[in-house]
Amino acid sequence: MTNRKTWLYFIPYGLWLALFVIAPVGLIIYQSFFDLGHHFTVANYGTYFQSATYLKMTLNSVWYAFLITLFTVLISYPTAYFLHQLKHRQFWLLLVILPTWINILLKAYAFIGIFSQAGLANQFLTFIGIGPQQILFTNASFIFVATYIQIPFMILPIFNALDDLNPAFINASKDLGASAWQTFHRVIFPLTLPGVKAGVQAVFIPSLSLFMLTRLIGGNKVITLGTAIEEHFLTTMNWGMGSTIGVVLIVAMIIVMTLTGDQKPKGGTPR
Amino acid sequence: MKRLVTMVVALLAICGLLGYTSNRLERSSGSTGDKVLNLYNWGDYIDPSLLTKFQKETGYHVNVETFDNNEAMYTKINQGGTHYDLAVPSEYMVAKMKRAHLLKPLDQSRLTGWQNYDSQFLNQSFDRGNRYSMPYFWGTLGIIYNDKFVKASQVQHWQDLWSPKFRDKIMLIDSARDIMGMSLVTLHKSMNTTDPATLLAAEHKLNQLAPNVKAIVADEIKMYMTQNEAPLAVDWSGEAAEMLANNKHLHYVVPSEGSNLWFDNLVIPKTAQHTNAIYAFLNFMSQPKNAAQNAEYIGYATPNRKAKALLPKSVRDDRQFYPTQATIDHLQVYRDLSPAKVELYNDRYLEFKMHH
Repeated sequence: MTNRKTWLYFIPYGLWLALFVIAPVGLIIYQSFFDLGHHFTVANYGTYFQSATYLKMTLNSVWYAFLITLFTVLISYPTAYFLHQLKHRQFWLLLVILPTWINILLKAYAFIGIFSQAGLANQFLTFIGIGPQQILFTNASFIFVATYIQIPFMILPIFNALDDLNPAFINASKDLGASAWQTFHRVIFPLTLPGVKAGVQAVFIPSLSLFMLTRLIGGNKVITLGTAIEEHFLTTMNWGMGSTIGVVLIVAMIIVMTLTGDQKPKGGTPR
Repeated sequence: MKRLVTMVVALLAICGLLGYTSNRLERSSGSTGDKVLNLYNWGDYIDPSLLTKFQKETGYHVNVETFDNNEAMYTKINQGGTHYDLAVPSEYMVAKMKRAHLLKPLDQSRLTGWQNYDSQFLNQSFDRGNRYSMPYFWGTLGIIYNDKFVKASQVQHWQDLWSPKFRDKIMLIDSARDIMGMSLVTLHKSMNTTDPATLLAAEHKLNQLAPNVKAIVADEIKMYMTQNEAPLAVDWSGEAAEMLANNKHLHYVVPSEGSNLWFDNLVIPKTAQHTNAIYAFLNFMSQPKNAAQNAEYIGYATPNRKAKALLPKSVRDDRQFYPTQATIDHLQVYRDLSPAKVELYNDRYLEFKMHH
């Protein structure tokens, strides 16, 4: 009976997995082996790895995703740490998460309003005597907005990791004469690293293909793999090539997951 | 076990509810009813009061569903499961749908309005003899400038955009065919060329434009231009009409050396079911009075010669949207290219975007 029960419980999960995870990934991989004339081919991969454009675009995407992830970590870790010290921390955390309830397009349009020639940012620059600058359609504004959008996804896992941290460790560290910096550097940070890794996973991959922002905020001055996928599916209707790029992104995701995943503990390191 | 049963029941209930709702929606939108016409159109691309008038005259209720790009419309009709009686593809898409056997030929004996149309907008390369399509609106690709920052005399030709004084001043519409086409015209080549060397030259020409390009954007271009974000833009006349209506400093120029001539056309998808309603509507829309009313509402150029004559003089003589005959003679209609050739355009265009 118990066995049958667990098996039955697996049905909804299994169905979900098959329909919404395995089938789409399978279809993408399947599609990537067809050319425009619906002939089976591996030429799409050949094209991808021989084309300077795609390789440069991949490098570009990885570079921007790296920068976005880096800035997100730099901002999120101190924020999560600070939030964690507060009295009503769940409430403050809720305020951080609140923006994720708003559609990303609306947020992008809001930034267009802030960054445009007559926008708030330029009004301020004019007020303090610098004069209006071109803010929209620059790499900096793209990274700024992307970082802003990703921050909640980084704060949350770090905050949870801090929450799980047993305060006894910190007290022990202090009792044994460690300075505040040593406690952070040797105890708190290593123990919350899994939270940072989870955050990196949640931020890096979506950042690789932020195609809406590259157009709306970056004015297509930043070209990422998402731009190419969009073009292949909507304009050239070369689903094969679009899927190939999709497969490359999936592989990139697996690599990032492996790199940031839990390694085997080495010789007695507390985990 | 009990929880499992509850879960399954809940799931089934949700599915049932969804099925019922979709059924109801289908019925209330009347797509399966009798006295109806299902029109698949671009957003806000017909004067709603004409639909009321049509229903009053003929008794057919028009359901409008909208799409925002040709490819999305193609995919939806191609997948089936829809009941559209009329759709409004652009010219290259007419050719593509024709080739994919997605269109029904027009029954010429039931159409009464052809003599109202200007013959130079009929019998185009994408549909010889108008066997499948009836032109709805036409337009061009051109330059929008803001007279606060740019003088009219400075931007009469495509080559003017390359001037060093427009550094970081131009917004381009994100469309491979149009931007490559603009570059080809500047090089005095055909906008339909498929010669790789010529396309490479066009890309190099565009790369020289890169320092002047502020951004390559889509629909947002209207908002940016209206808000004086950039002094210059390259976009379609239809989009320009909307920008001009919202900012009186904006003007539109079709360079006389040539540009694209585009058409949106009424066609009958193979999924059509209400034949009588379709022909009633096509004939209704070709009546000069109705076509003129629609043209005035939308602000695009009508291919209906008699309708144009009914438009106010200020509209009909507006060289921005009804260019001179000499300019019209230099306009080129996009030929439907094979997917491999489209890819060629897109690859070169992507290289340009990477460069910039």
